[in-house]
Amino acid sequence: MASSSGLFNSSIGRKVAMALSALFLLIFLVQHLTINFTSVFSEETFNALSHFMGTNPLVQFVLQPILMFGVAFHFIMGFILTAKNRAARPVKYAQFKGSANSSWMSRNMIWSGLFILFFLGFHFYDFWIPEMNYKYIEQNAPVDDRYYEEVVHMFKNPIRVIVYVLAFVFLALHLLHGFQSSFQSIGARHPKYTPFIEKFGKAYSILIPLGFIYIALHHYINQL
Amino acid sequence: MMNLTLKIWRQASSNAQGKMVDYKVSDIDGDMSFLEMIDILNEQLIAKGEDPVTFDHDCREGICGACSMHINGEPHGPEGATTTCQLHMRKFKDGDTITIEPWRAKAFPVIKDLMVDRAAFDRIIQAGGYVSTNTSGNTLDANAIPVEKKNADMAFNAATCIGCGACVAACKNASAMLFVSAKVAQLSLLPQGQVEAKDRVRNMVNQMDLEGFGHCTNTGACSAECPKEISLDNIARMNREYLSASITAED
Repeated sequence: MASSSGLFNSSIGRKVAMALSALFLLIFLVQHLTINFTSVFSEETFNALSHFMGTNPLVQFVLQPILMFGVAFHFIMGFILTAKNRAARPVKYAQFKGSANSSWMSRNMIWSGLFILFFLGFHFYDFWIPEMNYKYIEQNAPVDDRYYEEVVHMFKNPIRVIVYVLAFVFLALHLLHGFQSSFQSIGARHPKYTPFIEKFGKAYSILIPLGFIYIALHHYINQL
Repeated sequence: MMNLTLKIWRQASSNAQGKMVDYKVSDIDGDMSFLEMIDILNEQLIAKGEDPVTFDHDCREGICGACSMHINGEPHGPEGATTTCQLHMRKFKDGDTITIEPWRAKAFPVIKDLMVDRAAFDRIIQAGGYVSTNTSGNTLDANAIPVEKKNADMAFNAATCIGCGACVAACKNASAMLFVSAKVAQLSLLPQGQVEAKDRVRNMVNQMDLEGFGHCTNTGACSAECPKEISLDNIARMNREYLSASITAED
């Protein structure tokens, strides 16, 4: 007689979807950092990798749309979940001591997420829109060694560097809860593996954003 | 002996507009339970011809799950693994101001003052929190069916849930996942419960969603505030069970 309204219309299903898009984005972050980090030590490698990513049709027309969908899905679902969760408590407490039982990160995922969304808007304006314009609207001939100069030039501006650093601090806060939470949402909890997932998640949440921060500071300081 | 200021939510009926009202109580003994302190306030109010504060309570031994006050921003107050009836006034200081509110959730409407309607939990149990076995008159020996010790222990721990609703009250999303997952796990871990496990988890989660509880953000507030310290393991188990039951279901 089970009359479920369907997996992805259920509260658990929505959280599973949220977790799966999160796990996908966790993999993307590693890839993004790896390529960007080459700009710290090798101009040629960075240019070669950027040229490949920017011109390979599989990356441009298959992986990029999938990534866009994953990012959009994670944000939109985040808003839907937040709206539904707020509706579940129409009358607020006069006094609510969240710090007594949970971490700041876990209670403020929507705010760290919103700052990351703000950063993404900025990031698209900085890199993605000019790139799309250069390649597909102005239809310039591919130049395979322009990327390094473009990226390094971006980090000349201290305001941009500050926004970058702040965004990655918020990403770290978001991941410190989100990494292990995504495993819990899909039911992956085990006395042997969960302590490892939590430790690995903590290291990931600090090291990945720190890597991005390092790149921005490295290029900024080298141009002082 | 303590003198205290109480800020208590007063609401005449489910439809009435409520508000926080200040009261003073004096000569409170540290050995009194929190509910005995409220009893003293109510004696004063009755003597003055005022309406006493309505609140839920029954066993006053920490085992029934009836008491349900949100005290200084936490369900059942600041003490861990404790129900309000087992919270003692020695945990407070002379001159303290104590804020007392009902559980706040769309699925737990206020009936009067600090008393909320927790029938949503009953309807979730009715949706599947049972085994369809007639046990009257032919009770079997408990050891007749072998159960792995580890599973027996986990089922027992899940079964210590008293259904008080502190998990919902503590959750920033008013989610009932800890309660529902404990009630799912206590049965699905045992052979008698496994027969109906797939339908059970789907029906109970479906009813939980219909009642208007929020989603689980894995903050862990529920387990931290639970008087019986029900583990988050149960929520992960229910997520797994629900996922596999939903994918394999034929209806």
